[in-house]
Amino acid sequence: MNVVVSTIVLFVIWVIMTQSFDPQEMSVGLVVAAIISLMAPGVAGPEPRKWLQPKRYIYAFIYIFYFLYAMVKANIDVALRVINPKLPINPGIVKVKTKLKTNAGKLALANSITLTPGTLSVDIKGKYLYIHWIDVKKPDIEGASQEIVRGFERFLEVIFE
Amino acid sequence: MIYKILGEVLIFIGALFLFLAGLGIVRMPDVYNRMQTGTKATTLGAISLIMGVGIYHPQWIFKTGIISLFILLTNPVSSHSLARASHNSGIPLTKGSVLDRYAEDKKKGFKEEENDS
Repeated sequence: MNVVVSTIVLFVIWVIMTQSFDPQEMSVGLVVAAIISLMAPGVAGPEPRKWLQPKRYIYAFIYIFYFLYAMVKANIDVALRVINPKLPINPGIVKVKTKLKTNAGKLALANSITLTPGTLSVDIKGKYLYIHWIDVKKPDIEGASQEIVRGFERFLEVIFE
Repeated sequence: MIYKILGEVLIFIGALFLFLAGLGIVRMPDVYNRMQTGTKATTLGAISLIMGVGIYHPQWIFKTGIISLFILLTNPVSSHSLARASHNSGIPLTKGSVLDRYAEDKKKGFKEEENDS
């Protein structure tokens, strides 16, 4: 089961990267994908059946647009701070708590936080993330988690958990 | 023809954000705030520039999409590890900073956090 799923995943990645539907290239891709998944069955992650659940893909698709919106907003926010002569910043490092348990989910969360409104993830320890915030609005753990993490977590919970 | 104009507009927006990121690196007071402008503005700047090129030459759009994806995946990781390394080597936050929970917990040795996981 693991081998089949990781072969399919690797083959799809192959087709995306080569961008050709030439039968020769596709058959080579299939053989290479099968060999790799036989030699390294863990290549598609610890639970490969997750790749076969369509709900995750729907949420991932919605997440792309939510994320792009948040990123553009973040960029305009930071750009306005930079060109403001007073330089209105109120920085500090806050601690937030996340519900996500898988490593992939935590990675996606930390990356999303780094790319959005004035926040930069500095370190992660277990359930807690330390985040440099350019404009600290709420210093406590609950308030900061509410402001920074919840919006992403709603989607990432479904995509990765 | 319309796609050429769209591509040019995207390239212009990208260049503008890259310029603002450079300005931010000069104006911000400490390394962490500089990292903020250095990651966000440059990511959007680079992506919109690359996608603009992709729209200008439509046969490249797929490749530029993959390049943008890799920038989105790798850029935050590098900035995160730079921020962590600078904090661990003892670079202080700027004077006006409100709080630093990371330094507080680092003194305690992160025992609480590692047990609660």
